[in-house]
Amino acid sequence: MQLYSCSLDGTIKLWDFTDGILIKTFLVGYKLLAFYTLAGSEDSVFIIIPKKIEDFLDWFQLVSVKLPKTPDQEVEAKELSLILDDIGQSPKCTAFGREGEYVASVRGLHLLVYFFKKKKVNRFPLSATSRKGANNYFTCVACHPKEDCIASGHKDGKIRLWRNFNHKREYTFSTLHWHHDVVMDLAFSVEGTSLLSGGVESVLVQWRDGSDYRKEFLPRLGSTIEHISASPDGTFYCTSHTENKITIIHSNLSVSAVIQGLVKGSDVKTGLVVDPRTKALVLNGKPGHLQFYCLQTDKQLYNLDIVQQEYIHQIGLNQVDLVKAAFSAQGNWLATVEQREEKETELELQMKLWNYDEQTQSFTLNTRINMPHEDHVTALCFRDTDELEDGTPILVTAGNDGRFKVWVLVNDSDSEKQSMGWSCDFVGSYHNYPATNCCFSEDGSLLAVSFEETVTVWNSDTWDLICTFCHPPGRIQNLCFGRLSCSKYLLGTTDNGFLCCWNLLTCALEWSAQLNVMVLQPDPLSENIAAVSRLLEGSDLFVFKPNEPRPFYIQRNVCRERVQWAVFIPRDVPDSTGSEKHQWLSRSQLYFLTETQDLLTFSTKSAEERLTPSSKQLAVEESLPMTPFSLLLGKHRHQQRSKENADLDTAVVQSHLPQDSPAIKELLHTPAHVLPSASFLCSIFINSMLISKENKSAGEVVDEVEMDSEKAEDESDEDLELTEMEQDINPTEFLGEITETKLSKYQEKQLRKIRRRDYSWVAAL
Amino acid sequence: MASYKPVVVQSFPKLGEKITQDTLYWKNYKTPVQIKEFGAVNKIDFSPIPPHNYAVTASSRIHIYGRYSQEPIKTFSRFKDAAYCATYRDDGKLLVAGSEEGVVRLFDINGRAALRQYDGHTKAVHVVDFLSDKYRIVSGADDYTSKLWDIPSATEIVSYSEHMDYVRCGCTSKLNTDLFVTGSYDHTVKVFDVRTEKSVMTVEHGQPVESVLLFPSGGLLVSAGGRYVKIWDILKGGQLLVSLKNHHKTVTCLCLSSSGQRLLSGSLDRHVKVYSTASYKVVHSFDYAASILSLALAPEDETIVVGMTNGVLNVKNRKHEESKERLPKKKRPGYRTFVKGRNYMPKQEDFFVSKPVRSHLKKYDKLLKSFQVTKALDVVLEARNRTPEITVAVMQELNRRGTLQNALAGRDETQLSVLLAFLIRYVVEPRFAPMLIKVAEMIIGK
Repeated sequence: MQLYSCSLDGTIKLWDFTDGILIKTFLVGYKLLAFYTLAGSEDSVFIIIPKKIEDFLDWFQLVSVKLPKTPDQEVEAKELSLILDDIGQSPKCTAFGREGEYVASVRGLHLLVYFFKKKKVNRFPLSATSRKGANNYFTCVACHPKEDCIASGHKDGKIRLWRNFNHKREYTFSTLHWHHDVVMDLAFSVEGTSLLSGGVESVLVQWRDGSDYRKEFLPRLGSTIEHISASPDGTFYCTSHTENKITIIHSNLSVSAVIQGLVKGSDVKTGLVVDPRTKALVLNGKPGHLQFYCLQTDKQLYNLDIVQQEYIHQIGLNQVDLVKAAFSAQGNWLATVEQREEKETELELQMKLWNYDEQTQSFTLNTRINMPHEDHVTALCFRDTDELEDGTPILVTAGNDGRFKVWVLVNDSDSEKQSMGWSCDFVGSYHNYPATNCCFSEDGSLLAVSFEETVTVWNSDTWDLICTFCHPPGRIQNLCFGRLSCSKYLLGTTDNGFLCCWNLLTCALEWSAQLNVMVLQPDPLSENIAAVSRLLEGSDLFVFKPNEPRPFYIQRNVCRERVQWAVFIPRDVPDSTGSEKHQWLSRSQLYFLTETQDLLTFSTKSAEERLTPSSKQLAVEESLPMTPFSLLLGKHRHQQRSKENADLDTAVVQSHLPQDSPAIKELLHTPAHVLPSASFLCSIFINSMLISKENKSAGEVVDEVEMDSEKAEDESDEDLELTEMEQDINPTEFLGEITETKLSKYQEKQLRKIRRRDYSWVAAL
Repeated sequence: MASYKPVVVQSFPKLGEKITQDTLYWKNYKTPVQIKEFGAVNKIDFSPIPPHNYAVTASSRIHIYGRYSQEPIKTFSRFKDAAYCATYRDDGKLLVAGSEEGVVRLFDINGRAALRQYDGHTKAVHVVDFLSDKYRIVSGADDYTSKLWDIPSATEIVSYSEHMDYVRCGCTSKLNTDLFVTGSYDHTVKVFDVRTEKSVMTVEHGQPVESVLLFPSGGLLVSAGGRYVKIWDILKGGQLLVSLKNHHKTVTCLCLSSSGQRLLSGSLDRHVKVYSTASYKVVHSFDYAASILSLALAPEDETIVVGMTNGVLNVKNRKHEESKERLPKKKRPGYRTFVKGRNYMPKQEDFFVSKPVRSHLKKYDKLLKSFQVTKALDVVLEARNRTPEITVAVMQELNRRGTLQNALAGRDETQLSVLLAFLIRYVVEPRFAPMLIKVAEMIIGK
């Protein structure tokens, strides 16, 4: 069982996919856009490449490549022969026919069929539009596995079945029409008895015998179907969707399994929110849903349907958007705001308050408020009162209509039934300026609301205006209170590039700095505040305490794109292994989301994390004979161990407590039957006990900065957009050069592959 | 996969009164019967003996009415001037009444002339009552005194003159044969024990007291005067328990429901309020046409009688559910057909195969599910307009799907007239207005 893969870097790789080992790499030297193999011809494969190297001018060719049979690991494959010219670049636009006799490809309004035996190309054109307003552009093609029949999908949702296409003139086609939008992909079942099609409607349509009347549907698959494939044994179909999801479907059209990662929406409007109960990251998921995403396990915990309406999959429809979400301090209440904007004047707003039900372990709708504000809701926040205090929860919303509203939970139960509901308690405004931000101080006694250029501070008991701040003038973009020992400070950022810190005791500006802050995010567990600024290019991260205008941590160029949202997620176990510079990451971890919807995090990799892969390798080692795999592992472990050892040494130096060293811990905690031989562990053990003179080299290792570019991550693993950055900065090189050593791509990939391997089979041995 | 999500029909909170058990109970009376009396009705008293006739004191007459009669069964009219406070004895055989000339008269229910006459008060006697031993009468008069009379000998036993103003109300304890309470315009309520020479307790109401009431338990005392109804705890030495201010004019009369769970108060502001005696909150309220002077409830709350200043007596009888039984029973499968197998207890070795619960979609949801927009709109328009919120919700859903124009298009005259009738009827309601204006614009635009 072997698997070929091709990539834009011009290589074809052959894998043993059951074990996950790379067997061979073929260098082609072109960007490879699509890849096909035929059962008949073992030694040659078909690829789609751009016409000229490094020239993406919409001109693509289908070529066949002869793969040389040499035992080397890396082979150059240069024997290309042109088959079809000027074709579509998408893999969906080319398909091979019955037993590899012909190949069909579509582009624009043309269907090209190449017969290998006759070495002849037949070209079938369609007119661009018909009288009935059809849009005949081809989108995808599929070939019948048993008969001479080609199915093609079109932009207007039609499917054409072509027959008799070995004649230039006497060809025929029949039309199947159900889709109202583009047919995204087509696939024939193994026997060719049914044709599957899917598109924007997110309905899988099964056409039996190519007949317009015998069709079956599997509706509500979640989002647009991008690809369809059928398993060779005919029992399963598989669809992939735009929302980062794969659905496996029985051939009787019932869903068998769903593989779902972090749903990547087009725009995360809710921002990054932390659910206080599960510590899960909460953000926009499927349309109208909130997704609860566990960062530790990279799994979607669940989807909460907020809008509770049937989602109509149709391009250009004005759907209800979930724009805001906030949790109360203990996670008992969830407030969400959804909006639908038809025209400039017609805005539908709905605020919903959800109560956590202990019994069902989920949120249930408590109150629905239509049009909480006349205009867009710009911010909402709960007052973080302790549940012990038994204070009634309070929610504040700020709107563009120039008001902020205070909502309280009222008990409107009468003698018969208990009922609690939210109602408006207070409406505040300041010269009718649009309210842009609101936030409560840590103890909940003060409410800060920003109105355009002015920050107002209100007493949350009496709702009296206490004081206003307005300096320097500029529209307030972010607002937050300091925490713990810095709770007397209020921070705000303006759109003209100032970060201001006001002292609430003296009601005066404490300090301000010129910084174009995009995101201002306080750490809930410490005084630290993270600010992400943006200059011309690249975003910079500053971490500071409000009582000290100088930031204690600066990281230039955390990413190239604009950072949209950031959030501190509390760690389950405080991480004490981080160096001095990373103290601010010890209790919570910073995650941020960029414009391109990539979720990134800052981490000092903990010792535990570093050790897990190697300990797994150790376990594997024992039960395996010498294989290429173990060779590969051995190589890696070698590298890793040297690194580890260095780390261990520093740990020893810092703590002088060898029994705390991870290696010993590991030795003691790993079950004896999976431990490698004692001789193997001996050196690690001894090493860990030594207070070595390697101090300097260890320091270097710690100081090195490893930046995994997330592009590489994307290639190997699409569902996980987490890039871990392991970095540190030498204090003396504060703003200077950052020493940077990069693992080679190859090594990286292998590392990652190993980490992701499923080792459960070891248990079965 | 997720199933079809039905259209969300927005529910709007109903403004005003909420429907509670109390409103249902107190609304379950027939249309009131109005009886015109000769003057303001100052007292209504139900006979404790079935058939629970009631005595109405108005002007110089006392009328006895039967439960369902609109004409008086009997009339006592031997008063030279106004009669006051005709009250039944516990056995329902005797009736006592005070009068403007200061004489207290005792009548036999079956007789015509007064059995006894008690002279002694120098001014109008506004309140009389039997003590619960049945042999003595208490009276209170405008000469600031309250007197105790022996019925058979027609002699005065004792006289109390502790009040500083007119004594206008009073009541006797049902448990203790010697205890009675009087309320006076001197703002006080006094509790007397006939075995002693002086009052045993005085509470300061704060306003001229118009009505007093003792709870059946004898522990709580209710006084009404001014706009206030006050509840006092006698056992705690006359401590004020709660003060109710729910009327906006003087409260004139009080009454307890037969269960003792509800307290009713009538006022010059033309309202009767029903309080819960547990929470002392208003649970229901009745409106009347004129200022209320007197109020009485028949045993089991079968009848509410209210007397007003304009001399109108308003009688409400309780509705009884009889009509429903007469409906012919439909032939239906037996009860056992439905519960067949439902109450089967699975044994230990049984495999439990759960049957998926089928959600039943409404007709419009079924049509919307299959994108039949015009039909869906037709269905909700047909529904007799009883649920305009569903119609509007479906319109909103169609608008969200961008197919409202299609659904509205291609209608003939009859269909259009149904649609237009709906629009005309509901476009003025603020909760539907935005959507319906949009629909109207679409229709006009065509």
